Amino acid sequence: MAVYTLKINKKEYQVDVDPSTPMLWVLRDHLNLLGTKYGCGIAQCGACTIHLDGRAVRSCITFVDSVGDKEITTIEGLSENGDHPVQQAWIEHDVAQCGYCQSGQIMSATALLNANPSPTDEEIETAMNGNICRCGTYTRIKAAIKTAAKS
Amino acid sequence: MTRIKTTYNRRSFLKSSLAAGGGLLIGFNWLASGCSTNAPKGLVIPEEWFEINAYLKIGDNGVTTIFSPNPEIGQNVKTSMPMIVAEELDIDWKNVLVEQAPLNTKKYTRQLAGGSDSIRTTFTALRMAGASARLMLLTAAAQAWDVSVDELTTEDGIIFHKSSGKEAGYGKFASAASEIAVPEEVDLKDLGDFKIIGHSQKNVDGLKIVTGKPLFGLDYKVDGMLTAMIVHPPAFGLKLKSFDAAEVKSMPGIKDVFAINVYNDDYSRQWSDTTSFTELVAIVGNTTWEVWTAKLMLNAEWEPFDVQNYKAAGWGGDSRDVTVPGGLESSSNHRKKIIAEASKDARVVRRDGNPEEAFKKAAKIIERTYTAPFLAHSPMEPMNFFADVKEDNATLVGPIQSPEPMQKTIAERLGLPVENVEVQMTRMGGGFGRRLYGHFMAEVAVISQKMKAPVKLVYTREDEMTFGIYRPMYHAVYRAALDADNKLIGFHVKMGGIPQNALHANRFPAGAIDNYLAESWSVDSNISVGAFRAPGSNFNAAAEQSFLDELTEVMGVDSIQFRLDLLKRAQENPVGENNDYDAARYAGVLEDIREKSGWNTNSEGKNRGVAAYFCHRSYVAQVVDIVLENGEPKVDHVYSSVDCGIVINPDAARNMSEGSVVDGIGTAMYGEITFNNGEPEQSNFDGYRLIRHAEAPKKIDTYFIENDIHPTGLGEPPYPPVMAALANALYKATGTRYYHQPFIKNTFEV
Repeated sequence: MAVYTLKINKKEYQVDVDPSTPMLWVLRDHLNLLGTKYGCGIAQCGACTIHLDGRAVRSCITFVDSVGDKEITTIEGLSENGDHPVQQAWIEHDVAQCGYCQSGQIMSATALLNANPSPTDEEIETAMNGNICRCGTYTRIKAAIKTAAKS
Repeated sequence: MTRIKTTYNRRSFLKSSLAAGGGLLIGFNWLASGCSTNAPKGLVIPEEWFEINAYLKIGDNGVTTIFSPNPEIGQNVKTSMPMIVAEELDIDWKNVLVEQAPLNTKKYTRQLAGGSDSIRTTFTALRMAGASARLMLLTAAAQAWDVSVDELTTEDGIIFHKSSGKEAGYGKFASAASEIAVPEEVDLKDLGDFKIIGHSQKNVDGLKIVTGKPLFGLDYKVDGMLTAMIVHPPAFGLKLKSFDAAEVKSMPGIKDVFAINVYNDDYSRQWSDTTSFTELVAIVGNTTWEVWTAKLMLNAEWEPFDVQNYKAAGWGGDSRDVTVPGGLESSSNHRKKIIAEASKDARVVRRDGNPEEAFKKAAKIIERTYTAPFLAHSPMEPMNFFADVKEDNATLVGPIQSPEPMQKTIAERLGLPVENVEVQMTRMGGGFGRRLYGHFMAEVAVISQKMKAPVKLVYTREDEMTFGIYRPMYHAVYRAALDADNKLIGFHVKMGGIPQNALHANRFPAGAIDNYLAESWSVDSNISVGAFRAPGSNFNAAAEQSFLDELTEVMGVDSIQFRLDLLKRAQENPVGENNDYDAARYAGVLEDIREKSGWNTNSEGKNRGVAAYFCHRSYVAQVVDIVLENGEPKVDHVYSSVDCGIVINPDAARNMSEGSVVDGIGTAMYGEITFNNGEPEQSNFDGYRLIRHAEAPKKIDTYFIENDIHPTGLGEPPYPPVMAALANALYKATGTRYYHQPFIKNTFEV
């Protein structure tokens, strides 16, 4: 076990965990930040996507020991009340079916738009291809990203 | 207006003690995270609530909470069911809060997510709940104003007495209404007067979903809760021999390691109790990662079994003895067995006319074979459940499609009266049929009982994908007899599978062909299977509708017109008696898709395929357009025409249908579970391929047939036919027929 000070959503947290613990479980089990989801544990589905210094990473394979002083953003830190343009676009297009993968989708989409404010269809597909939606809401996700890009 | 008697589960309309807070999750710190209400911005929460019936309570300011009775799995019933209540209550949707009701078999009708039947089976009860509450409010107002109920009208939650000019909101009379006797009869609105039904409303959990609020079973937490994982046999045909608890028990955060029996030996299993693995090792500890680490370190030995016996009551039938064969099965053997079995005589399920004679005198016989592999449901949220088992009661919370039968299972397993087992449903991160089988509830209940503590059981993705309850492996041989004029004179389908086949003998084209034969067979297996989105249909449609396409090519006729001609025959002069589809509605979606896709006017130069299918009482026709990008086929555009009767929430219904299209394409293209010596060869999304963004259609258009037919299924019907429309379009694009799923392989080699 080791004590880590983590910068998450502009706040500081201290956790005492095994160095091999993935950030996913630090967030979910130790900090009650439950918006980051477990889907596969091997970086194949994207449900656990968070931002590390603004870049989308899979928290299921990001060990707490590797984070250092990098800034973490989770879905809870995206906005105060769900008014981030990407979140608003998701609501406008009523994207979700079961909804489980959507926080990961939103985190990937946000990272994409931060780096590339007006992505082409192909760029969206490439950036989002690591995020599985089992319900098949892909066309709405793409439409929502385009709407968010406009705002 | 239609006047109906409130006889439908009348208990539902009596005042219930269901609980002020809807009976939900009170007292747990989970609530502190903001999940108790979904209050939209600006909505003032009432100071006092008055319970009118089990479906709704009205606040002193008129704000109304509607309890959504059925499990929410992504089919949007948590929004659409309350919409139905709100419609007849005649309240402004903006003033409605929604809460998930707990399982309550006395108050609610069929709290099950399955069979695409949530709306169909509850539509009338939900309307009645709203209408009777409205009448009780009117009665209270009439008494207060000393006028007749007939003189009162309502609009958006306000009661009007036109002649006196009096008006008041529902909140004013909520208290008095809650004391009024449940009316014997109520008036239901005419369909043309609907203001909420048929008008798109956003998902009531939408904001919580996009802000990452804890909604799902895996997010559920209480103080002092332990985490558990299970270790199950790595292969079908194996059982637990021994394990070394001591080594992992001493690992950090681990509380206990022990074996559990999921069901007692003499237990007669219900349909929802399916599992291949009844003896498991449980590992219990403080946090998920600690338990997972211990799980990976556990040394367990497994041994083959010769045969396994248990009792099963199935779907409410008598208890019977079930024998599961031993052996370590492999996919190559499965294919060998299928080929051997398919050549044998099968069970005749339906026979019209003289099919043997028709094939004997045929000028041409077309015969094609179709196959599809085992599939894993793979909902994005892995299986999990919470249990807090005490001496004389138990509380279970989590994602389950079948809470009602599972409550009985848990009660029997724990030796508790069923009324002492409380089941609460969280939002489900998908299910697709997998969560109809709640063995994990029994597992966590047994673990909690032993630990004397609240426990959440968490499956890893690998646990789930290798645990079984798959879609069966299917095989079908279709034959058509054509006369010298290329007219269809005989039709034969022979369907088989491991361990079940997919035959629906009384569906189209049965009823449209004079000489028709449907046969089935199956081969036993120890690999467990279960309902998978549109069971049976998810293979039938793909096979049958591809075969018809090939037939029309040989016959030199138009694909849509050919089907319409058959349906005309079925409508005007049906063959046989038990045809379970409505030929006119079936033809309706085909005619609609012909027009909407521009089939006759806009097909030139397009690689397009069509298919139509009937299941879950609904009709869907689809056209798929494929383009070639650098020689690679890509789905460009999909058109769906859907007849599911009255559509409650159009945009959400479109979403559901679009999702089915994407899922259907993904299943047909990529889905496959294979076995080697009993061991599933895919255990996560690196091996089991699900459709991704870049593979989804560029555009999906969905059209609903407008009619006033009582709502029928929607979650499943648009899923099966798209597989055939895809295969037929792929043929146009590539010149290759696709007979074997997954289409990326398109082989069935022994």
